[in-house]
Amino acid sequence: MSPTVAGLLQVGILVVALATAYRPLGDYMARVYSATRHSKVELAIYRLGRINPDSEQKWSTYAYGVLGFSFVGVVLLYVLQRIQGWLPFDFDRGDVPSGMAFNTAVSFVTNTNWQSYVPETVMGHSVQMAGLTVQNFVSAAVGMAVAMALVRGFVRHRTDRLGNFWVDLVRGTVRILLPIAFVFAIVLIALGVTMSLKSGVDVDGQVVANAPVAAQEAIKELGTNGGGVLNANSAHPFENPNSWTNLIEIFLILVIPVALTRTFGQLVGNRKQGHVLLGVMGLIWSAMLTVIWVAEATGLRPLEGKELRFGVPASALFANSTTSTSTGAVNSMHDSFTGLGGGGAMLNMLFGEMTPGGVGTGLYSILVMAIIAMFLAGLMVGRTPEYLGKKLGRKEVTAAAVSILAMPTVLLIGAGIAAILPSTQGALNNPGEHGLSEILYAYASASNNNGSAFAGITVTNDWFQASLGVCMAFGRFIPIIAVLALAGSLAAQRKVPVTAGTLPTTGPLFATLLGGSIVLVAALTFVPALALGPIAEALL
Amino acid sequence: MTSVENFFKQAWAGLRILLVLTVVCGVLYPMAVWGVSRIPGLHANAEATDTTLVAVAREGDQYFVPRPSAATLPASGGSNKGELNEDYDKVIAERRTEIARREGVAEDQVPQDAVTASASGLDPHISPEYAAIQVPRVARASGLSEEKVRELVSASTGGTFTTTVNVTALNRAIDAAS
Repeated sequence: MSPTVAGLLQVGILVVALATAYRPLGDYMARVYSATRHSKVELAIYRLGRINPDSEQKWSTYAYGVLGFSFVGVVLLYVLQRIQGWLPFDFDRGDVPSGMAFNTAVSFVTNTNWQSYVPETVMGHSVQMAGLTVQNFVSAAVGMAVAMALVRGFVRHRTDRLGNFWVDLVRGTVRILLPIAFVFAIVLIALGVTMSLKSGVDVDGQVVANAPVAAQEAIKELGTNGGGVLNANSAHPFENPNSWTNLIEIFLILVIPVALTRTFGQLVGNRKQGHVLLGVMGLIWSAMLTVIWVAEATGLRPLEGKELRFGVPASALFANSTTSTSTGAVNSMHDSFTGLGGGGAMLNMLFGEMTPGGVGTGLYSILVMAIIAMFLAGLMVGRTPEYLGKKLGRKEVTAAAVSILAMPTVLLIGAGIAAILPSTQGALNNPGEHGLSEILYAYASASNNNGSAFAGITVTNDWFQASLGVCMAFGRFIPIIAVLALAGSLAAQRKVPVTAGTLPTTGPLFATLLGGSIVLVAALTFVPALALGPIAEALL
Repeated sequence: MTSVENFFKQAWAGLRILLVLTVVCGVLYPMAVWGVSRIPGLHANAEATDTTLVAVAREGDQYFVPRPSAATLPASGGSNKGELNEDYDKVIAERRTEIARREGVAEDQVPQDAVTASASGLDPHISPEYAAIQVPRVARASGLSEEKVRELVSASTGGTFTTTVNVTALNRAIDAAS
């Protein structure tokens, strides 16, 4: 079997698996978020948390819920790392230094999972399980909750209520993420992924670090988190031992973001609305896969930073999937990619991660982009734009624009300052254009809550720890607040009837508008910066 | 209620929920997965005892050499060297010369995987081509016939979408045979 045929076969298997899960999982999630009854486990959680699950919240209370929950998440995770020396299973790795603990806490709470630490020497199993794994679940559930609140904004009329954040959070965790993660953790173990409470294992006279990998691996991919249990992430044979675990991990990364378009279609009462979003996502995803794959297959050193059991195609497939969602797990080292291949991975993030994007974040990001697209179309024909029966007035378009612009703003300011700081020179692993690409990639990854890296860059100095932490927080919460405000003002509107003048949002015209907007916004914002980094590299 | 009050009220509720979810997702869930991994019928090697999933370089000419590793154990990882990094070109050229000398072959017979560092630094696999050029040296040093060594190589060759040789398994087979 030639590598190309083997690669196409793997893409084929992946697509079939996703297509099979699309309907049942999408419909199931729609039921989860619209059900009126609570399960016993959930009622117990609400009772312990002293929450009234049957009260609905305004957008502002919903937003305070997200912010408050994330705030205590950062505090708790920070404290856990700082007292690691007292916790069991720390293997004398000691307390995590303060700057690193702050960066890591923000990183995992924002679903970024950027790693400035080396797990094998810094993180013990207690923090990995009770700290990082917990945020892998709940940060993903927060993303889905916000997406559902936005969908309710479209579906509901003349109300100021968007649902209950705690209910959405707990249901997403208990009914969706936990059962799927549990099943796939077992599957991964059966296929060779490790699950050990020891610190390491002797291999032919050398100690190789081990960890309770499988439990974290499953939710790390499913929740589009991406923080490696071990430093080499999904390139490590204990995390990803063979082609089948590799395919399963890629499947887990994509399955919820993809199926959420079905959930969306179900909830708005027109499945075609979901299909068109999926179509745009799929088209851009396929195009970017082709770019990265061809670039890597024709590179000067195609196997540098890649594992032989995956080879080029399965590495490109993973790289494309991890950067087009908000995952950031890697099964190959993106820093060693070609200018075009690594630039493609970066561009996936710069699109704003909506092809298909992270769990929940992908759906709300593409819906915001749909509003921008309809606004642009409205400008062209001189008509107040509408989407899904709601008018897009000044308030809605402002909220959408704030949501879209937050990421590029913090990204370019952060990367710009980093590029001129004298201390940055010593942090880079490669000279010239590729050095700038390392900086750009770091800020793109942080601001988009991706978490993958051109990992040669050393990000442990105070500037990087702090500024990347701030980028992660702003890149996560400014869009979330804007999206919830948007949801609030959409829900308050009455439904506008469809007329002959309404632009249909299920056909190829809308798909072109939407896809065009995604590409255009990224191009207009980032071409100057990209020209100095990856584009220059690709042309050299 | 002011926005600050509202924030802290929600944060306080959030803390209670988070503590409950920490028990569920951070203690019960991993413990349940760990418990299942102990079920004998699963054929799992969750502790990675005698594992062939990773390779470390072994001393001695009687062993096959795995791919170059940029990792500093116990931490795994790759070189992260970019394609246009000229200093790294020299490193690769040196590796190629060294391998060609060690195996007694021409430099253009040294395959790509032999000179490039893997992503994990623990890649257990080499290409069949890299294994083939190592066979004469291993046979000489181990006292086994080349034919026998080739047999052992093909017994350690496999893969679903790629064809690779597992160095760790192969070296243990060499130990057992000699």
